[in-house]
Amino acid sequence: MAESSLGVGDVLARCRAEGRAALIGYLPVGFPDVEGSIRAMVAMVESGVDIVEVGLPYSDPLMDGPVIQHAVEAALAGGTHVIDGFRATRAIRDAGAPALVMSYWNLILRRGADRYAAELAAAGGAGLITPDLIPDEAEEWIAASEREGLDRVFLVAPSSTPERLSRVTDACRGFVYAASTMGVTGERTSVGSAARDLVDRTKAVTDLPVCVGLGVSNGDQAAELAQYADGVIVGTAFVRALSGEGELEARLDALRELTTDLARGVREGAR
Amino acid sequence: MTAGRFGAFGGRYVPEALIPALEELDRARLEAMQDPTFLAELDTLHRTYTGRPSIITEVPRFAAHAGGARIILKREDLNHTGSHKINNVIAQALLTKRMGKTRVIAETGAGQHGVATATAAALMGLDCVVYMGKVDTERQALNVARMRMLGAEVVAVEHGSATLKDAINEALRDWVTNVDHTHYLIGTVTGPHPFPEMVRDFHRIIGVEAREQVLELTGRLPDAVVACVGGGSNAMGIFHRFIEDEGVRLVGVEAGGEGLDGRHAARFASAVPGVLHGAMSYLMQDEDGQTVESHSVSAGLDYPSVGPEHSFLRDSGRADYVFATDDEAMEAFALLCRTEGIIPALESSHALAGALVLGRELGPDGIILVNLSGRGDKDMHTAAEWFNLVDGGKGESGGSCG
Repeated sequence: MAESSLGVGDVLARCRAEGRAALIGYLPVGFPDVEGSIRAMVAMVESGVDIVEVGLPYSDPLMDGPVIQHAVEAALAGGTHVIDGFRATRAIRDAGAPALVMSYWNLILRRGADRYAAELAAAGGAGLITPDLIPDEAEEWIAASEREGLDRVFLVAPSSTPERLSRVTDACRGFVYAASTMGVTGERTSVGSAARDLVDRTKAVTDLPVCVGLGVSNGDQAAELAQYADGVIVGTAFVRALSGEGELEARLDALRELTTDLARGVREGAR
Repeated sequence: MTAGRFGAFGGRYVPEALIPALEELDRARLEAMQDPTFLAELDTLHRTYTGRPSIITEVPRFAAHAGGARIILKREDLNHTGSHKINNVIAQALLTKRMGKTRVIAETGAGQHGVATATAAALMGLDCVVYMGKVDTERQALNVARMRMLGAEVVAVEHGSATLKDAINEALRDWVTNVDHTHYLIGTVTGPHPFPEMVRDFHRIIGVEAREQVLELTGRLPDAVVACVGGGSNAMGIFHRFIEDEGVRLVGVEAGGEGLDGRHAARFASAVPGVLHGAMSYLMQDEDGQTVESHSVSAGLDYPSVGPEHSFLRDSGRADYVFATDDEAMEAFALLCRTEGIIPALESSHALAGALVLGRELGPDGIILVNLSGRGDKDMHTAAEWFNLVDGGKGESGGSCG
C-alpha cells in the first residue's frame, strides 16, 4: 500500500469492507518508559489493533480515571516529553497502522498548533484526538490540520444535543469519537444502552464512521459494541495489562493476549 | 470569537459532555439576573444571613506605616463564614435550586470556599461534596471539621500535587459523571464560561457598596483599589464597579511566595497564556505545557493560573498586578493585628502589603481602598508557627508594629 495515504479513514473503510468494526487501542507514551511504551504500541499493532491512540501524558488529566492517571503520572515522573509522541507515531506507522495522538489541548497550544501539526505530519502521525477541545474553540487547530491533511477527532457525549452533534461531527475528519458514558475513562462491567443510543443519534447527523470508547475491557464487550459501532476504542484495559507486576516481557504478553481477545470480539460482532 | 471571552482570554476548554450543562447554567443565570423574584431573594439573604452591606473601616494607625495615605478597608471578613466567598456561594446555591438540581460539589484550597459551600448547602437542603487536596486537608484540619459539622462530605484528593488544582480536577471528574443532578459550585472567577463572568457578577456587590461608602466618607473616589489575586474573585468583585472610573488605579496583588527566584504564584510576573481548568489565561507552565506547581504561604492564593478577566485587565493596561512575598504578607498581617486589632486572612494580607507600598508612593493625600477579603482565624496555625507563638514564644517579628 502507498505509505503516505494511510489515514484512519482508509483503515476504517477496509474494516467495513471486511464486515467488522475496527479495534482502536490507547496507550500513553512513556509508560512504563518511552522505549517500553513504544514496544507495547507496536505489539498491539502486531496482535490486531487497527489504529493506535498515542496518549501524551499531562499534568492535569481531568478526563481520566485512576488507572490512566497513575500511568501518566509515572510517565511524567520518568521525564516523558511531548516530542516522545513523535517517536511513537513513527514506530506505529512503520508497523503498518495509523497513529492518532490523543492530547489535552494545552500541550499543543504551548508548542503552537501550526508547528505541532507540521511536526506530527512529518512524524507519520495521522491526526489528533482532542478530549478537552470543542470545535467552537478549535479554529486554529482546524486550519492547521487542514493544511497538513491530518485527521481531527472531536468527541460527542450522551449529553450532546442534536445541535451539538451536528456542530461536532461537521468539524471531525477521520471519525467521530463517541464517549459512551458520562464520566472519566475506566473499565465498566456493562457498556449499556447509552452507547447504542448515542451512536444512533450521531449516525443520524453524519456519514463519518462513529467509534465508541469509555469502558470496554474484554472481547465480549467489544463484540457487543461492534454490532453497531464502526470502531471500538479500548484504553484503560490496555494500560492495566501493561501496569502489572513483573518483567516487561510478561506484561507485553498479557497485552498481546488482551489484544487478540478484543480483535476476536470486533470480528464476532460482525453486522 | 466565541461566547465568554475577555479579549483573547476565557472560553470553554472542557469535554463536550459538559457543554450542555454550561449552556443550561448560562441560560439560567442570565434569566435569574433579570428576575425580580430571584434578585429579591438574594438581596434578602444577603441582608439577613450574609450580613450585607459589609462596613468599611478606616485604619489610620496602620496607614501611618504607609506614608500617611488614608487606607480604608472593605470588611468582607465580617461576612458570615468569614470571607467574601459567601456572596457567590449563596447566589449559586439559589441557582442550583432554580435549575432543579439537588447536589452541589466544590473545590477548596484553604477551606474558605468549602466552608461557605457547605454552609449554603445546609441552609438550602442540598447534598454537598467538597474536594480538597490531601496536603490542604492536613494544613486546614479545622476547616475539614467545620465542613463535616455542616453536613458536607469532604474528599481528600491524593493525585498529582494533592493541592487546589488537583481538587479542581477531581471536582470536574465528579461533575462530568453526575452532571444531570449536580451543580459544580466553582469558587472563583475561572473555569469555563459562564463561570468567570457569573462569579464576578455575584461578587460585584463588594465594589458597588464600597464605592458609595468611600464617597460618603471622603467625598471623593479613592486613588487606588487594592485586592489580592489568587483565582481573583474578591479582586474582580471590588474592581468591577470602578473599571469605568478612569482616575482610579486598580491594583491586584499576587502571591510572590519565596520570591521570583524561588517557588511562588506570581503568574503575571513570570507566566505566559495557556489553558487550565477550562479557561485560557496566564498559566505557570513548563516548556511542554505541563502545569508548574505554585507556592504561597496562603493556600487561597496558591494556584498556577488566574481568572481570565484579570489577564484581560492586565494586558489592556486597566489594572496593574504586583506581588508580595510570603515575608511581606506576614509582616503586613502582623502589622494590622497590632495596630488595628483586626486579624486578616493571609490572602488579604497580600493586599495589605501592596497597600503599604502604594501608600508610600501616593503620600499623605492618597486614598486607598483595600478589600479585606477574609478573616485570619483559619490561619492561626500558620501564624503561630511563623511568629513562633507556640510554647511561650514572644512573637518578636511584631516588634515594629506598635
